[in-house]
Amino acid sequence: MADQGQANISDKLNLSDKKKLAGYLSSYNGRPLRLMEVCGTHTAALYHTGIRQLLSPKIEMLSGPGCPVCVTPTSYIDKLVEYALTPDCKVLSFGDMLRVPGSRMSLAEARAKGAAVSMFYSPEQILTQAAKEPETRFILAAVGFETTAPVWATVVKAIQKQGLTNVKLLTSLKTMPAAMEMLCESGEIDGFLCPGHVAVITGSKYFRHLAHVYHEPMVVGGFTEEQLLLALTQLVHKAERMYAGVWNGYPECVTEEGNKKALALMADVFEPGTAAWRGLGLVNNSGLYLKDEFTSLDAGSGALTEDKVPAGCSCGQVLTGQITSSECPLFGKACTPDKPVGACMVSNEGSCRIAYQQEAAMYGPK
Amino acid sequence: MCVAFPGKILSIEGDHAQVDFAGALAEVNVSLIEAVVGDYVLVHAGMAIQKMEPKEAVDLQELFAEVEGAAEIG
Repeated sequence: MADQGQANISDKLNLSDKKKLAGYLSSYNGRPLRLMEVCGTHTAALYHTGIRQLLSPKIEMLSGPGCPVCVTPTSYIDKLVEYALTPDCKVLSFGDMLRVPGSRMSLAEARAKGAAVSMFYSPEQILTQAAKEPETRFILAAVGFETTAPVWATVVKAIQKQGLTNVKLLTSLKTMPAAMEMLCESGEIDGFLCPGHVAVITGSKYFRHLAHVYHEPMVVGGFTEEQLLLALTQLVHKAERMYAGVWNGYPECVTEEGNKKALALMADVFEPGTAAWRGLGLVNNSGLYLKDEFTSLDAGSGALTEDKVPAGCSCGQVLTGQITSSECPLFGKACTPDKPVGACMVSNEGSCRIAYQQEAAMYGPK
Repeated sequence: MCVAFPGKILSIEGDHAQVDFAGALAEVNVSLIEAVVGDYVLVHAGMAIQKMEPKEAVDLQELFAEVEGAAEIG
């Protein structure tokens, strides 16, 4: 479509402007900076655009805990597997989740044993399927951050409205601030590239409290080459000078207040609670759970706090920027995309998988 | 997983819209936004989560002026 680009003004940067931004980031020679992109989609985009590869050695980008698949605890996967192996029960999940290891097996491995697991692309299509198969119990793997939670809230309302009795949600919904606060408390990160599509829902003001309490620069960024060059240039500039605050580098989609309708719907359906993050443990006030009035739609989400990470797996340290993927002793040896030990090696947005693919592209497979 | 794509609304019926993603058409739930035909929307997991506004991301001249002292650019 010819006018597609009109929606993204920052896509219209001319080549000379892009070169200036790339030149600044590659020749940066100020104080060494440890910056974190919180969102897995940013991790993937920074590699695919080549921006990570061009950064000055004085700018280290750490990948944060913002890939919902990567932070799903093993007990959640185990419960999905249990449902999928139950007769007349079908698990529906985003495709990303299928290969995430549980303590015994992944959903993909369960499917190979005959378990009923299907993928979907939009949660709404589930409702049509559920209405057509009233004798089947559908368990929805409701995973995601603030970006996806309103979608699930919409599904919950639709299930209620349509009076479907054969659909339940197993939720593993998480919110960013408490996890980011853990990272801020470590005091080792000089600035954050904030998740753009979380901010679409929450508004850029969502990060203001953390930025001020921990004196951190935070820039909300988009996902195209141009948007990332702009957001990182802003972030490096602010971080070098130790400025604190939130800057919106993605105003085509992000407002200060966010999507109020989506936020109201989320507040109507979900309430905050403690959640287990793979490799990080329990984090207070970092999960979203169905409110009491919707408990009949819950498939046992609250009890899933156990996380049996395999011996030697360092996903927790990778997700908090304490080590890089290649510093994990299992990376590329016991843990590869074909045979992942940790969740970060599974998802297309997992930092280990992305790092592995980049190394393979540069040096050939290990 | 928080991937979202921009598309243009071609038609709306109730809570659902036909959206053009660079030539590929798909039905999208638009109940989370106030949109009209012709609007660009950002779509995540089958739902439009925001209307896109054509705004300058940042004032480039200002940004270049700010960073100029920090490193040789251009």
